[in-house]
Amino acid sequence: MDDLIADFVAECRDMLEALGGEIVAWEAQPDDRARLDNIFRFVHTVKGNCGFFDFPRLEALSHAAEDALADVRAGRRHADGTLVSAVLAIIDRIAEMIAAIEAGEEMPAGDDSALIEALAPGAEGHAAPVAAAVGDGHGRAASAPRTIRLSVELLDRVMSTVSDMVLARNELARRLRESSTEVSVDSAFERLSAIIAEMRDAITRTRMQRIENLFVALPRMVRDLSAELGKQVLVDIEGGDVELDREMIEMIRDPLTHIIRNAVDHGIETPADRLKAGKREIGLLCVSARQSGNQILIDIQDDGRGIDGAKLVEKAISNGVIEKADAAQFTPREKLALIFEAGLSTAKEVTAISGRGVGMDVVRSNVERIGGIVEVDSTPGQGTRMTLRVPLTLTIIPALTVSIGSHHFAIPRSAIEEIVRANGESVTLERLGGAGVATIRGRRVPEVSLAEILGLETDVAESDRRLIVLRPAGGDVYALSVDRIHDHEELVVKPAAPAVMATGLYAGTTLADDGSPILLFDPAGLAQVGGVKLEMQERAARIAEGPASTGPKTIPVLLFRGLDGARRALRLAVVDRIEEVPVSTVRTAAGQLRVQLGEAILPLAGGGGAELGDEKLRLFRLSDGVHEIGYAFKEVIDFATIEHDVIHAEKPGEISGVSLINGEPAELVDAHWLFATYVGAAAQAAEPLVCRIPGGDPWMQNMLRPIVEAAGYRVIGDEDGGEADLVIAAQGDDVGEAARAIFLRSELEPAGKKDESIYRYDRAGLLMALKVAGSGRGK
Amino acid sequence: MNELLLVVTIAGERVALPAAAVESVVELDTLIPVPRAAPHVAGLSALRSRVLTVIDCMRSLELGASDCSDGIREAAVVELDGHHYALIVDLVEDVVEALSDPAPMRAAMGPGWERVSQGMVETETGPLLLIDVAALLAGATEAKAA
Repeated sequence: MDDLIADFVAECRDMLEALGGEIVAWEAQPDDRARLDNIFRFVHTVKGNCGFFDFPRLEALSHAAEDALADVRAGRRHADGTLVSAVLAIIDRIAEMIAAIEAGEEMPAGDDSALIEALAPGAEGHAAPVAAAVGDGHGRAASAPRTIRLSVELLDRVMSTVSDMVLARNELARRLRESSTEVSVDSAFERLSAIIAEMRDAITRTRMQRIENLFVALPRMVRDLSAELGKQVLVDIEGGDVELDREMIEMIRDPLTHIIRNAVDHGIETPADRLKAGKREIGLLCVSARQSGNQILIDIQDDGRGIDGAKLVEKAISNGVIEKADAAQFTPREKLALIFEAGLSTAKEVTAISGRGVGMDVVRSNVERIGGIVEVDSTPGQGTRMTLRVPLTLTIIPALTVSIGSHHFAIPRSAIEEIVRANGESVTLERLGGAGVATIRGRRVPEVSLAEILGLETDVAESDRRLIVLRPAGGDVYALSVDRIHDHEELVVKPAAPAVMATGLYAGTTLADDGSPILLFDPAGLAQVGGVKLEMQERAARIAEGPASTGPKTIPVLLFRGLDGARRALRLAVVDRIEEVPVSTVRTAAGQLRVQLGEAILPLAGGGGAELGDEKLRLFRLSDGVHEIGYAFKEVIDFATIEHDVIHAEKPGEISGVSLINGEPAELVDAHWLFATYVGAAAQAAEPLVCRIPGGDPWMQNMLRPIVEAAGYRVIGDEDGGEADLVIAAQGDDVGEAARAIFLRSELEPAGKKDESIYRYDRAGLLMALKVAGSGRGK
Repeated sequence: MNELLLVVTIAGERVALPAAAVESVVELDTLIPVPRAAPHVAGLSALRSRVLTVIDCMRSLELGASDCSDGIREAAVVELDGHHYALIVDLVEDVVEALSDPAPMRAAMGPGWERVSQGMVETETGPLLLIDVAALLAGATEAKAA
């Protein structure tokens, strides 16, 4: 409530300040319509707000003034000098009261009826002089924190200057590196660098606003809405102190409002219905915000009737959004996601509240436009949870740099689904009527060539290109073929000049590390210019899926050069992301090399006694779903697939084997060994890993499978037919009738004496069991 | 006080830019093309860690294209609506003082010149055509569309 009042006071003070000149001018020219309107708007706002806050005196005053001014506006009354001074007297009194509210003092004593009477037509002479000024700021100054009000424009200017400064520093750093300089210059530059970084931090913070500013209006909105609908709703707000870029707050205001309207309107039932369903008659709406990495998560959860997935599907079929045959394949999550399709609503009738012109489809596309995601989760009868995930700020975008010939471009990382080689085994390219169609693992997606869109020459044959599968905000996937893929960079993006934006292809410009400008693509714009129709639903493309999983699966790997210069490969699926950290964050602690990443400390592998360099260290962040490991490397070479035979290593170790990748031998890093060695001892799985289907379990596929293969087994998934001699499953799984079964558990200690499962990083135990099972078959 | 003018040569003709609009005169070395952009957008360049949109004045005036092959080009940097542009010109001469207000040209000019002209100004070195920078940046395509 205090925040609401603070808002109200701030708003009034702003308006009063702006009115300062208007009032005087109006006094001189009572006929001036524009000025009259401004003053009217002020008293109207005050009246509206103080009804809510229970300030009866303020309300009476503003109401009287509003009435009188309304008469003047309607032409029923002429604004004579008496009226003007009466209104001015009221505005002065309002200002006094607001000052008192702000300082937390009692209202100035006095009777307002004289002022109100003075407004009446034909009232004589001037109103009683305004009571002596009370609370003119002396008390206030002591209590309030020292703040000044700045225009947002000025802040933006400072921000952009600081960004420029950072870029200028980078350039200077480059020049310094090129020319050998004295140590004293270097250390001075280091200091300057640190100061600039600190300044950038501080300025970034000025742009941050507590999300409270967004939440503060919600209780009022829900109250009005529920009153209108005859419902009772309690709002619970959490995490108002989470900070978010000011611009971002504005961008999520509408989507959030709409989701809440929906929750109150469609989600929460009427009190009678709730009682019938055995719930409390007051519905509960929880809105909470929290920060997770560089994302903000906003949950909107209600305990209403939930979303009926079956009903959504029915409606979608009858509206022709989906085909009946496809609908049968939908997972519950996909059914719920239908709510984001245009023109769907399970509400029987469109009410005044929800029928305001924006649907959930607009919500989704608005959130995706700013690089966010909306997720929905619902249990019929129990409620719905919507989650908005939005990035912290708009100005720094993770991007992938690609090239055509000698031209470099950047693509926002958020739109990229996957990257495949045009001549990979699971990819085929076809031309239908001149249009490109790529089939990637059974999924048909339209393919466009970046070189063609841009009208550039390319020297790379079509089959040697890379395909980037893109999903633009609110649209469907398409594949973009590019010559080469370079690097992952965090780019400070600035808007490009109108003449450049007019092409519709670009989202902005940025400077690369080497100081040359790079254009950042707008994936939706690329698709449009490339002639890809985005409104087509992805489901139509799924038809091709069915019999596609034939032939040996190729394994995507990331080819890189280790710190010691060796060519190595890691299965792509275990690599969470690539990080770059200062070498100073790497320390030996608790007997292991460890690296600090944000607030997490991870064991660091791949160091291998090699020099870490003296500035930046690049590392892969590997994850097995529960634990994480850092793996240091020198540079990424390429994405590739293992297509040749693997020669397995004799002894288990960091390297599980060698294979030819892209025509040259590369060592395969054994992720299982890494995890077993680096986190094995410390592993205390918080919850047992659920491994019902080994074929769909990434841990089994990426870590266990190589070991089992190395032990001489042919690995089949559970979708393949035929008899298996051995079944490996998570502890507690039902494997049906199998000759032999090995159960893996995630705890170090067995659950009891009868527990014969094997700890999943117990390599020796696992190999023994594999051996026993293998010899058992021979008998 | 009389306005200061920057005298430059575009397509072999000496013309005047309002000096107040010109931030600096630079030599561009790198030029990153912008595929699919209007023809008068020659590309992007970086100046002191700022991105400049490089405008080929000859193309903007539909008088052919500037030759950018030899690498280094002289350009005048101007700012419009928060964006920085570099105008490729043949030569930057000098800053002179305008001796008169712009007067309308009554003789017929080429269509390109007509579009960017703000009139004729007198200087110590004779009359010069005063260029409207915004019109020059807009180029030929937008003017036709409007």
